[in-house]
Amino acid sequence: MKIFHKRPVLLEFAYATTRVCLSPFRRWLRSGGFIEAVFVQGEKITKGIVFDCKMCGDCVLHSTGMTCPMTCPKNLRNGPCGGVLANGHCEIVPEMMCVWVMAWERSKKMPAYGAQIENILPPLDRRLENSSAWINDFRDDVKTSPLGWTE
Amino acid sequence: MKSNSRLERVLDSGHFAVTAEVLPPDGSDPHAVLENARLFGHSVDAINATDASGANVHMSNVAVAATLRQAGYDVVAQLSCRDRNRIALQGELLGMAALGIRNVLCLTGDGVGTGDHPEAKPVFDLDSITLLRTARILRDKGQFLSGRQIDPPPNLFLGAASNPFVPPFDFRPIRLKKKIEAGANFIQTQFCFDIQRLQTFMTQVVDMGLHEKVFILAGVGPLRSAKQAEWMRRNIPGVSIPDTTIMRLKDAGKKSRTEGQEICVESIQRIQEIEGVAGIHVMAYKQEEVVPEILKAGGLLPRPTVSEA
Repeated sequence: MKIFHKRPVLLEFAYATTRVCLSPFRRWLRSGGFIEAVFVQGEKITKGIVFDCKMCGDCVLHSTGMTCPMTCPKNLRNGPCGGVLANGHCEIVPEMMCVWVMAWERSKKMPAYGAQIENILPPLDRRLENSSAWINDFRDDVKTSPLGWTE
Repeated sequence: MKSNSRLERVLDSGHFAVTAEVLPPDGSDPHAVLENARLFGHSVDAINATDASGANVHMSNVAVAATLRQAGYDVVAQLSCRDRNRIALQGELLGMAALGIRNVLCLTGDGVGTGDHPEAKPVFDLDSITLLRTARILRDKGQFLSGRQIDPPPNLFLGAASNPFVPPFDFRPIRLKKKIEAGANFIQTQFCFDIQRLQTFMTQVVDMGLHEKVFILAGVGPLRSAKQAEWMRRNIPGVSIPDTTIMRLKDAGKKSRTEGQEICVESIQRIQEIEGVAGIHVMAYKQEEVVPEILKAGGLLPRPTVSEA
């Protein structure tokens, strides 16, 4: 997996390609059925291996330097916190590199989506946990920010 | 919408503001809060009521802030995402406004592992930035996150923290920008012992024009001894103290307490020279009684009188 970590541009490309490939099938991508079960298993395996995915159901990897923010012990969607150690490690798990330090470094190497790290991400809808992030992404009726959030 | 808090009025009128942190009691006596605050007297513009800082249990932020408010002090109530979900946080924001608390500092919070209840369940439903924006939505849109209406909305002066002293250094000004976008009106920073680093950070902040959108209060505090300084940088998340500062305290030997205060006064003087800094925030843990003296030596007393708008 080191190659991905060193070259987030590969992951960025994989994300963009998957999006384009899935797009024509969007009307069949529905929650709650067989297709979602297949997607959930697929996401668990692929994103699990590459990102240590926590199946939050609202994937924002392209906005967070292809680094999963749910692996941050504080689950920060808008990190890093002020507790980062001098060596760039996590204050809660000192043997672990800060997820957001990595996110920032990798964002700089992502020409397409790198600048998105400057956007504020909304609070996570906790009901989406263990559902398919890809299906949620394509469906218009799945809101990924609270009703009162948009300005 | 203006909160009309003393802190906001002092900053708005261009004065260099002073806030300080009060020690919350480990007991249920409100007089203990007032006794601790009395050590500051009229030497500060607002007093911070911490929210179980370092994940240690103390009297609650709201109770401390409301007690101080009743006694006539302006307060900054800290509010952290560690112990409350979005339902509790929004209720707390309304409750604070109802109790006359006008300044709220929105924080993510330390991990539970640093405190005296490491076995507790950490919440972190929101983070500091989403909490800030939530508070702004409550105030400016008169709505809860759910979209439900609020009447009347809470008039709050919203604050956030910033730590320019830990990595990733080049992202810190960008994160500050995000906090301003989310709704921060003022910032209180982590302890500034490394003035050079603060200067570098502030240069970036000024270049980005952020100092015109937010009031930045730099964190300062007297160190008691080299031993205490070493303990702090080892155990308090986000505190960075340069070796040169620790050496000065060591060299002072038995007079390290006076030296620590001297270092603090020097920092205050140097910070006042830095473009874009609008005030200081004093954290004098268990040395609250020396705060007025330090502020006087730093040229910040008496505090200005500002009229109610």
